[in-house]
Amino acid sequence: MAKKQVTKSASASTATLTPRDHKTIANLTGMAERVTKVSLAGKDPIVDVPTRTLANTSFNAKRRTLEMGDATQARELFNLNQAKKFMQTMLLAAGTKSLIEAGKTLSLRGMYYKCLHTIAGTKEKTLGDQSESDEVLEDLEVMLGSLREELHLFAKKAGTMVGNITITDSGDEIDCRRMGSGGYAIPSIVEPDVMKFKKCDAKFILHVEKNTVWSRFNEDKFWQKHNCILTEGGGQPPRGVRRLLYRMHHELNLPVYCLLDCDPWGHYIYSVLKQGSINLAFESERMAIPEARFLGIRAIDYERCELTDDVQIALNDRDIARAKQIAEYPWFVNKKPWQMEIQRMLKNGFKMEVESLITKDISYVTETYVPERLAAKDWLD
Amino acid sequence: MADSATLEPPETTKKVKAPKVTAETLATKQREISVSEFFAKNRHLLGFDNPRKALLTTVKEAVDNSLDACEEAGILPDLLIEIRSVPETGGKKTAASGADAQSAPRKAPNAEERYRVIIQDNGPGIVRKQIENIFGKLLYGSKFHRLKMSRGQQGIGISAAGMYGLITTGKPVLIITKTAKNKPAHEVLLKMDTSKNKADVVSETEHPEDDNLFPDGHGTRVEIELLGKYFKGARSVDEYVQLTAIANPHARVTYKSPPTSAFPDGESVSYERTVNELPEQPEEIKPHPHGIELGILIGMLERTESTKLGGFFDEEFCRISPAISRQVCDAADLTPNTWVKSVEHHQAEKLYKALQEAKVQGPPTNCLSPIGVKTLLMGLERGLKPEFITASSRPPAVYRGRPFIIEAGIAFGGNLAQTSSKPLEDEEGSSGSGSEPARVYRFANRVPLQYQQSACSSFKAVSETNWRNYGCEQPRGSLPVGPLVIMIHMASVWVPFTSESKEAIADYDEIREEMSLALKECGRKLKTYLNRRQAMRRAGERRTIFLRYIGEVSKAAADITGGEAQAIYDALMATAQKKTAQMDQILDEEGRVVDGKDESVYIAASADESDTDSATQSSPRSPATTLDDSEDLPEQGSLFGDEGATKPKKKKVIKKILKKVKKKRES
Repeated sequence: MAKKQVTKSASASTATLTPRDHKTIANLTGMAERVTKVSLAGKDPIVDVPTRTLANTSFNAKRRTLEMGDATQARELFNLNQAKKFMQTMLLAAGTKSLIEAGKTLSLRGMYYKCLHTIAGTKEKTLGDQSESDEVLEDLEVMLGSLREELHLFAKKAGTMVGNITITDSGDEIDCRRMGSGGYAIPSIVEPDVMKFKKCDAKFILHVEKNTVWSRFNEDKFWQKHNCILTEGGGQPPRGVRRLLYRMHHELNLPVYCLLDCDPWGHYIYSVLKQGSINLAFESERMAIPEARFLGIRAIDYERCELTDDVQIALNDRDIARAKQIAEYPWFVNKKPWQMEIQRMLKNGFKMEVESLITKDISYVTETYVPERLAAKDWLD
Repeated sequence: MADSATLEPPETTKKVKAPKVTAETLATKQREISVSEFFAKNRHLLGFDNPRKALLTTVKEAVDNSLDACEEAGILPDLLIEIRSVPETGGKKTAASGADAQSAPRKAPNAEERYRVIIQDNGPGIVRKQIENIFGKLLYGSKFHRLKMSRGQQGIGISAAGMYGLITTGKPVLIITKTAKNKPAHEVLLKMDTSKNKADVVSETEHPEDDNLFPDGHGTRVEIELLGKYFKGARSVDEYVQLTAIANPHARVTYKSPPTSAFPDGESVSYERTVNELPEQPEEIKPHPHGIELGILIGMLERTESTKLGGFFDEEFCRISPAISRQVCDAADLTPNTWVKSVEHHQAEKLYKALQEAKVQGPPTNCLSPIGVKTLLMGLERGLKPEFITASSRPPAVYRGRPFIIEAGIAFGGNLAQTSSKPLEDEEGSSGSGSEPARVYRFANRVPLQYQQSACSSFKAVSETNWRNYGCEQPRGSLPVGPLVIMIHMASVWVPFTSESKEAIADYDEIREEMSLALKECGRKLKTYLNRRQAMRRAGERRTIFLRYIGEVSKAAADITGGEAQAIYDALMATAQKKTAQMDQILDEEGRVVDGKDESVYIAASADESDTDSATQSSPRSPATTLDDSEDLPEQGSLFGDEGATKPKKKKVIKKILKKVKKKRES
């Protein structure tokens, strides 16, 4: 025990660390020390991992966000089903600590490789594929109460922005009005120390589901005509996109409108943006935008916009089950318009993508559909 | 019959072909058919259907006789079985035997060849004047008339073999026999006269008393030359010898096979004696009233030496008390004092009916000599070298008034997983790929039954049993699959065969029921073993999983805290040890039956586990050291060979830990 102190101070002095880094390291060390202490006492080492399931989340009606409950699950080394996970948790914790101490950041994939090796004396690898390490890293975030950024980890970029706003990213000034056809790629970490808002003229944010739709809007210079910011999250938006939307919404007072597919998947994207995700409920308070609005596509649009049969994509059994599940979510269950929307979709028996509006006209969605909805204040909340 | 020409004995005078068929000419042809003549033409009834089977039957009949003789005389049998290739003298074919055989390529892989079958035993020998009768006369023997359990029954076997040899090669049978040390050995060349059902002595020599032909001072040696076909695999002589060794662990068997292309000098196998006691000699019993038929009863009434009915029932039958005797007589309006000679046919009929209806005790069972569970285990171990054996011996039961005992055994894994029988083209055809069906070894009175498997009651009993209940795979309605040998033995004073060649047991409900019960008993034990085997493997996996991760965990924890990984490692190892020791204890309670306490179970000490894996469930076991406290559990190693092998390693690991813990404490 005496030796331990010596080595610790020696390894901690390699890079300049922020106070937040020190806090994270203290958390990591605390966890490892508990494991060590229990082990040396001849008892079963255990780490408590907060449960990340729907059952352990609650909807805070006042804040209108999902919150994580207190339920935890013991992860034991001497349990056949948990032994490997326990080992991976310790391994990634050690990897994270050395990363923070080095003052560097890694992608999730980079972290996977950092901790990947063959266990001595066997042919088994410490990690199967990246999904294993991703999951354990999410566990670590929850266990330590640290954000992914605080663990010096980032996900791959997935999300694009363009619009009447100028920002600085890691000190570089970026004018989002001059991003060409590709747009500004939203990074994984958008915390104030990395990203600052310099100048914003936009009046609202239009978030669309995927890149193809975003390109349509960008080419038609929708954001110029309507003075807004146009974002896209590649389906289920990653945390960087959600965090950026949150910050712009709160710091710049911009309302957020979402244009998503008319299917359970689109509805769930809206749900995540608005209330937070079940899996990462602990981050809701810094990501969820309860005021976000759902502009479309609506189930009634098939008739309202006089679309043809060709745009129909039949709902399969899984879609139907999922739709019913979403309707049961506490934050939807008391909202009549949403209940009706889901009922209508189920009654239609098909789903529709945003692109289906292209059957009317190439720019129908940018020139007619969205402006009409906005003008009529016709959205779901 | 196409081969009737060759069957015609050379001695018989040629029949005159009459130009016209009249009653007189017909009469010249009408003559008595001797039993031997009948069988010469219908040799398939005796198991000489084809050259392949003929070779087997010859060996079998001779061995049956030898073993019976030895046991009856109270001698532990010592058998020599040898098959020699004999060069053909006819000149039609090129000499194909011995050294020439392998140099000259064979025309056909299994061409018919001449073989000389030699069987030598250390039995009591045969009195000179009986030699002709025993070896030259069909239906002559000591076993037919009695109700006593023995291998041979009808007394056709060996003489039929001799006859077959004579027909196919023209060579007489050679018999050398010696009855005692101080008596001379007789060497007789015997030729059978089929038309007269008697044998002619071709030549005779008397060996000096002090010759060394028989090391024990007594015994018999029979040599028969015949046209046969030697092959290996299922239903071969090799298999027969192996099966005989399984069923007779009290016999020492030395076997020399004829040369083949793979073994130019032939193969030599010897099975050492593993049981030094003779099986208990069965008693002879009288017929049981439920086991006879009307005709037999009438015959018995005619032959009996008793004068009155009461005495007749008492003398000729078992289990008929005076009360029952009276009851039976009453039913036919007779009394026990009625003269036997005065009983008329219709009365006999009534007597028979009353006998069948009478409530009599089952037949005595001391006439049966079961192999016994312990001996079965030893026999199966000797013959198969499996990983696991279990056996069961049922209490005696009765069919048609004849007592019988069913015994069953199951051998699993070990050598069985490596050597798989190659099924031949006839009878059961198997796809042969991947998992082989179990082999069924059938025995009747210790004699292996190799042909007509699917017609046999025992085969039906095996395929009817639901082996899935016992942890085996089993395609619907057929044999289970896996490295399994299922053995069934029927011991009875009269085994009901489906034909004279004694190849399949007739399908009586009572017999099949008993077989089923015996198989189920074995099946349950097999399942217990298989479960335990799996549990052991799982426990082993558990240990290796913990061991595997402890290193990583302690290193990671130390990396974070800056502590010493070794200390954490040692502590965790000690905890793991405690944990797995607990697990072992639980397993012990579960699997107590298999722990060698059950006398009907044998588990090989050096069972090669890896080979049987593929056949049952494949769960790869890491070669990493397993951790259990071997000192506390001395029995553990016997279940798995490789576990035993890693034991020293384990001990080392434990010692290392203890040392380190000690060091730590000191510092």
